[in-house]
Amino acid sequence: MKGRGPESFSLRRDAWNRLIRNRMAVAGLLLLLLMAGACVIGPWISPYTYYEQDLFNTNAPPDRAHWLGTDELGRDLLTRILVGGRISFAVALAATLVSLVIGVTYGGISGYVGGKTDAVMMRIVDVLYALPFTLFVILLITLFERNILLLFVAIGAVEWLTMARIVRGQVMGLRRQEFIEACQVLGYSQARTLFKHVLPNVLGTILVYVTLTIPGVMLLEAFLSFLGLGVQPPMSSWGSLIKEGVALMEDAPGQMLAPSIALSLTLFALNFLGDGLRDALDPRRSEGAK
Amino acid sequence: MIRFLFHRLVFQALPTLFVLAALSFLLVRLAPGSPFASERELPPQTLEALNRAYGLDQPMPVQFFRYIGGVLRGDFGPSLRMPGRTVSELILAKLPVSLELGFWSLLYAIFVGLTLGILAAVKPNGFGDYSAMTLALLGICIPAMVMGPVLALVFGLWLDWLPVMGWHTPADRILPVITLGSTYASYIARLARGGMLEELTRDYIRTARSKGLTEAGILVKNALRGGVQPVVSFLGPAAAGLLTGAFVVEQIFFIPGLGETIVNAALNRDQFVILGCVLLFGAFMVFFNTLVDVGLALLNPKIRMTAGRKAKHEG
Amino acid sequence: MSLLSVEKLSVNFPLRRGAFTAVDSVSFDLAAGETLGIVGESGSGKSVCVSSLMGLVPSPPANISGRAVFKGASLLDAPGETLRRIRGKEISMIFQDPMTSLNPYHRVVDQIAEPLRIHEGLTRKQARLRAVEAMASVGIPDAESRSRAWPHEFSGGMRQRVMIAMAMITRPALLIADEPTTALDVTVQRQILDLIKTLQREHGTAVLFISHDLAVVADVCEHLAVMRRGVMVEQGRSAEILRAPAHPYTRGLLSCHPALHEPGEPLRVMPELLDPPASEAP
Ligand SMILES: Nc1ncnc2c1ncn2[C@@H]1O[C@H](COP(=O)(O)OP(=O)(O)OP(=O)(O)O)[C@@H](O)[C@H]1O
Ligand SMILES: [Mg+2]
Repeated sequence: MKGRGPESFSLRRDAWNRLIRNRMAVAGLLLLLLMAGACVIGPWISPYTYYEQDLFNTNAPPDRAHWLGTDELGRDLLTRILVGGRISFAVALAATLVSLVIGVTYGGISGYVGGKTDAVMMRIVDVLYALPFTLFVILLITLFERNILLLFVAIGAVEWLTMARIVRGQVMGLRRQEFIEACQVLGYSQARTLFKHVLPNVLGTILVYVTLTIPGVMLLEAFLSFLGLGVQPPMSSWGSLIKEGVALMEDAPGQMLAPSIALSLTLFALNFLGDGLRDALDPRRSEGAK
Repeated sequence: MIRFLFHRLVFQALPTLFVLAALSFLLVRLAPGSPFASERELPPQTLEALNRAYGLDQPMPVQFFRYIGGVLRGDFGPSLRMPGRTVSELILAKLPVSLELGFWSLLYAIFVGLTLGILAAVKPNGFGDYSAMTLALLGICIPAMVMGPVLALVFGLWLDWLPVMGWHTPADRILPVITLGSTYASYIARLARGGMLEELTRDYIRTARSKGLTEAGILVKNALRGGVQPVVSFLGPAAAGLLTGAFVVEQIFFIPGLGETIVNAALNRDQFVILGCVLLFGAFMVFFNTLVDVGLALLNPKIRMTAGRKAKHEG
Repeated sequence: MSLLSVEKLSVNFPLRRGAFTAVDSVSFDLAAGETLGIVGESGSGKSVCVSSLMGLVPSPPANISGRAVFKGASLLDAPGETLRRIRGKEISMIFQDPMTSLNPYHRVVDQIAEPLRIHEGLTRKQARLRAVEAMASVGIPDAESRSRAWPHEFSGGMRQRVMIAMAMITRPALLIADEPTTALDVTVQRQILDLIKTLQREHGTAVLFISHDLAVVADVCEHLAVMRRGVMVEQGRSAEILRAPAHPYTRGLLSCHPALHEPGEPLRVMPELLDPPASEAP
């Protein structure tokens, strides 16, 4: 009895089998790995940097030297997209992680302790839910110096609510189960029981929700960067690249299309993977509601 | 129903607004640095004078309640960057356009989303379902900032069918509304499909069928009521998303809405403008969520009654 | 001439490998005004059998074969339109779980009135008047004032009365009752059974009554059919079957029922009930 329910091992295996049998989910996973891999490795092996300008070769169409052409300042578009992808993925991961830590702890405690504590904690979540988040993030950005780290924290700090609700619901269901009661009989501490025995069993649900949070966070970052409130030039992100592309749309549509495609493909990949995971972990639900 | 509304306002709307106001005000006032300390170094006397002029030398609670009092009278304070202009002026000048964009987009999203979702649910796994859900997936994976430029490029610049700039004629509205509304239409389509399919498995659908109701009658009279409830619940978040999503769309299509004001204020660190917008949008969301709750209660007699009873106990 | 005649009715559901036969070549006849009970343990195919007559088993996926003739019209291959004219007008049905069988979003009175609006083209007002009468006739006190209630304000027994009122309001020639008392507690069960018996006698409605409880069926029905794993193993007059069951399964059912049991003999538990047949797992 190493911290998980009696069936969770075979369940996880089952889920994995179902997942890899789902062609769309596998395609999504591969595409995602490909995109992430390219963004991580690409900028290293690229002969260009994201900031190096070449004012004699601006808005160049794609050719052998610049696979996706160059931008208004003669910077290599592909390199800028890959570096922008790094930012998008990094913000998405970091903010999701922040929201994960807050959400899981909060929801776990709320659901595990129950009673009045739970009622109060969930009431707070309800109130926070009704706040205009995006503007709140903008407010945070306005107040503090604009830097990427702040962006991570600001986004993460407003994205944890749904996670908290979901985890709480799951934990409440688990609390009553025998192997958890067994932990209490064995005299394990509350915290140990919660973090070592209850939460691992909620992992599947958390994972599904993480794949849904990541695209949301990515979009929020793109939104802010598009508006000029996210990453600052010369640094690029997909949102800011699209914004730069829109300005030149008439003459060089490629500069708008290339980062757009990168963003949309990633969102597709995440969606397929998320749907696949959900179906794999909860085969019953997938039949009707897909 | 009155009691329900009262309960909803007193116990949910007001506390939410208060928390929002307190939280954002505190945040603004506790942020490091003076709001005037951005570009050039100001001599201390000037700074003090400025602080006094804007009432920032008072203790925090006084500032807060003075601010709230102002807000209740429709005065969101002065702009810190544009001397002589009030936040209310700045916001009111642009708000109607953003609201109109949001309104049409919401209508479009509801109409298209419900149609697609219900069509999909009528014959699950059929051709219609497949097409509708593919469209919905596209709508979700192609955000406004991608869809807008692409639509403008194709229908505006290449085909020259529709205008891509400004906000004057009805035709000006088409592309922005599609751009802003499509994502939400997609979510609504998914929710409507899921809700309808779940509803169609209920026992009372079998009862309806055994009474001799036509399939169309079953759908409209029996399944719709429950099937659209997830959609109605989603309208609160959707409205909030539309209001902020509008900023991007406004930039793409050169629409003179609130987006520009907010972005400029954020870039200039014009705190009261952002604070005012946070409160305004918060109030919108509270209003909309209340509307959604009323809608749900109208749809579902059970919610209506339990809420009424709860109101009696607490109120 | 019989009202309903079913011949070699089979229903099977295709599975990933092979198929599962829920109803296997079932035949029976029912004359106008007659009562036939179908008994069998859970999962023996009773519900599937009668639902398929009403066209309530979606096909595909199910394969339905055989013949079912109701008042000279074939049911199984009837076009949707014909079937809809029969449903709720000529044949009505009530279900096992009254808690979920009523639509929570419509007032009780409107649900009872709906068959009249569908089949007799009554206006809302006329239909409501008749519905209130129907509510009174199934023993709902203060029918007038309670008619505007919502289903969730009614108890299970009340809801089943509502279902019965709804089913009987068009004076159907046949009422199919699929375990209408299983979800109710014992005292309420008794009342509902009596109500069905009374209405049946008053209107001369034929009743197809399903239950897994032999005592209940024997009480309501003149005729009895015993189903087991999709097959009808025995049918005949209730009294005779109870007196001299021919099939060992029926004997088994009888001997494990305390109420029908000879005093003094030990109560048995059926091996089949403890040990579900392998073919059943879907
Ligand atoms: N749609 C379906 N697909 C596959 N199998 C089904 C379907 N509907 C019913 N079955 C199977 O048919 C068998 C008979 O089911 P049925 O509901 O008729 O039993 P029953 O005799 O009414 O039992 P109970 O007393 O529990 O209501 C069951 O084993 C069930 O699993
Ligand atoms: Mg049954």
